[in-house]
Amino acid sequence: MKKHFLKTLLLTATLIFTSLGVSFAEPKKGGTLIAAVGNSPRHLNPAVQSGIVTGFPGAQLFATPIRYDNNWEPQPYLAESWEISDGGKTVRLNLVKDAVFHDGVPIKSSDVKFSLETIKKNHPFKTMFAPVVSVETPDEHTAILKLSSPHPALMLAMSSQLMAIIPEHVYGDGQDPKTHPQNSENVVGSGPFKLVEFKSGEHIILERFDDFFIDGRPYLDKMVLKIIKDPATRTIGLENGEIDFYAFENVARNIVRLKKNDNLTVTPDGYAAIGPIDWLAFNTKNGKTADVNVRRAIAYAIDRNFILKAIMLGVADEARTGIHPGSPYYEPNVEPYNLDIDKANKILDDAGYKKGSDGMRFGLTVDFGWPGLKPNAEYTKAALKKIGIDVTVRASADFPTWAKTVSNHDFDLTWDTVFNWGDPVIGVHRTYQTSNIKKGVIWSNTQQYSNPKVDAIMDKAGVENNMDKRKALYSELQKMLANDLPVYWTNTLPYHTIYSKKVGNPPMGIWATSSPMDMTYIKD
Amino acid sequence: MLLVLLVVVVLNFFMLHLAPGDIADTIAQTMGGADEQDMAELRKQYGLDQPFFIQLLNYVVKVALLDFGHSHFYNLPVFDLIMERFPATLLLVFSAQILSIFVGILLGVYAAQNPNGLSSLFVNMFSLFGYAAPVFWTGILLLIAFSLHVPIFPVSGMRDITIESSNFFVHFFDVLRHLFLPMITLASIFFAYYSRLCRASMLEVLGADFVRTAKAKGLSKKDVLLKHALKNSLSPVITFAGLSFSAVVSGAILVETVYSWPGLGTLAFNSIISRDTPVLLGILIFSTLMVTVGNLLTDLTLKALDPRIKI
Repeated sequence: MKKHFLKTLLLTATLIFTSLGVSFAEPKKGGTLIAAVGNSPRHLNPAVQSGIVTGFPGAQLFATPIRYDNNWEPQPYLAESWEISDGGKTVRLNLVKDAVFHDGVPIKSSDVKFSLETIKKNHPFKTMFAPVVSVETPDEHTAILKLSSPHPALMLAMSSQLMAIIPEHVYGDGQDPKTHPQNSENVVGSGPFKLVEFKSGEHIILERFDDFFIDGRPYLDKMVLKIIKDPATRTIGLENGEIDFYAFENVARNIVRLKKNDNLTVTPDGYAAIGPIDWLAFNTKNGKTADVNVRRAIAYAIDRNFILKAIMLGVADEARTGIHPGSPYYEPNVEPYNLDIDKANKILDDAGYKKGSDGMRFGLTVDFGWPGLKPNAEYTKAALKKIGIDVTVRASADFPTWAKTVSNHDFDLTWDTVFNWGDPVIGVHRTYQTSNIKKGVIWSNTQQYSNPKVDAIMDKAGVENNMDKRKALYSELQKMLANDLPVYWTNTLPYHTIYSKKVGNPPMGIWATSSPMDMTYIKD
Repeated sequence: MLLVLLVVVVLNFFMLHLAPGDIADTIAQTMGGADEQDMAELRKQYGLDQPFFIQLLNYVVKVALLDFGHSHFYNLPVFDLIMERFPATLLLVFSAQILSIFVGILLGVYAAQNPNGLSSLFVNMFSLFGYAAPVFWTGILLLIAFSLHVPIFPVSGMRDITIESSNFFVHFFDVLRHLFLPMITLASIFFAYYSRLCRASMLEVLGADFVRTAKAKGLSKKDVLLKHALKNSLSPVITFAGLSFSAVVSGAILVETVYSWPGLGTLAFNSIISRDTPVLLGILIFSTLMVTVGNLLTDLTLKALDPRIKI
């Protein structure tokens, strides 16, 4: 016990000193960061294009009203301060006074109004700003958001890549903002870096914006984002030092391999708000999985620990609910469905699913959303055989093929990876809301799960501004969902950031590379 | 040739539309989800809500007017996208093709001199290995060897973007350095073809009367081999080179993906995955053109080698 205590003390001390070391080290100005990205973005304007691929360059090119620290606390960014009044229905943003766009034109409150309206109309995450009725601009540096109801998700929706402030004098020229030519070239942004060149499928080159509104930042002169699709090539590039930085690595084998390299730091930190969760979704309306007993039996028969250890090689975390374990709303005290084959068999026996002469009760199909989940699907087949369910693994040729199948509700079981996107209102509700059962739309409520009580709790939690009360509501929600089990959640997708030891202050907040990298620097 | 193009366009259009899912799904994927109005709007915007034959007709008419349309995914003109990538693929495909023919002939000639010897066996083994190994595997193996353990060559891309020199030769050698591994990888598939073809036809020619005459005249071994035998045994090699051109182009897709070579291959790969039909059709039309031109060049080379051939 004493020994353990000493060890903890030592560890704490080391942690304190290393963290002090990081914060005290004087960031060095200049230098080029060579980063790799796994995919080519469609374009670079996050106001009308979601996704982490656009998020990385997008958050460098465009500033948002606020940003978040590592502890989910909002911090000033383009808005130097804000006040919430009228029971949460009025949000006043006081903008930084001397901020300018990359073309030198001052950033005004009218740009904030324009940006919010553009996002509300064109961004796929409709829930982000749905309650915002109007934006008033009493003067150039004040924007007042008027809401129809309190909207706690608003703060997260005003950060990261979700509320890019775009110039009205460029994107308000009457062209459709979704297909605006300046989304890909001659981008006029508000963030710490400006665009030099974007060659789709090849690279994105960003350069320090000298008139950025935070003095002395960014530290880097240049960022080169090389688009490298092949994971093996990326890994070799990191190992031989050609690439300094890569975020969103999720291939467990590569993570384990790169961890052994002394020149690289490999960390799972920074993805709490992105919130990716691997799960097994059930068709709750048609077929055998419409019976909650079948769903529970399947959950008991699948060993989460096997997935964590054998498939994820120990680099992923357990996820017991649909809210990411890194979120303040995560409730770990739900029925965990730990492996129990006897219980699973008993549930099925009691529910009247008799085993046939071949030892099988019935057959099911399992799909998977992307190649990384293929081992999970194959494991499902092996695991469910033990409880007399004959599973057929259905491999889709590619994403659109799978999306077509699942979004048209033509499935029994499917493995999938779904993102939280900050607030539960943005990325969690959509999976369970009755109103979001939309045929043909992927990542809607494709389970066709419907429970009026669950709907009511989500409606309530969506407008609850009191943090403690909101936490309690989400805790209740997660318990109810674990009971009904429209989805069996297993683990977080093991996103890791890998960077060379010469990189200082890599983005470690809650939004990974979907946050400004104005504090990142290159040591000599 | 125009008929060939029309058939290519119609057939490809038909096949691409057999694939389930469309661009709206893939855009939803990059967005992390989309709602149904957005998706309906996208489908309408790209004319995907029209009946199939109307879509086909629209496309054929546009292509006839040399308009390849807009990429749904990148929202850029297909022609510009292809032109941006075309030089890189051309460079890779031609250099690999020339290298594989050259090395193949060299190995073939070497093996033909002593057809049952150990060296011949070695040449056979080596070239067959290149042929049998999956090209992406060869690529990764070469990367591990020459980028990681002996770091001579870069892992990806075509240029080092951090070079700020304006000297032409600096850039030239930079591209060359980037080209080396992809070129070898792509060429490795075809060493076997050319060396075996060349070996077989050399063996045949070496037994011919005119070679015996040349030997009897007292010509040096080198002259007999290169001036008399080789020149006459090249035509099957060159014919095959023309035929295999399409295989090189398709091999380039994999090689480009491994080395992030910014050519048509990576673009084609992306377009398939994202169901970006206009781009894919554009690339297919371009590849058809490229193969046709390759065949034409083959014919011309054959004529140069053997004046008896008429085109």
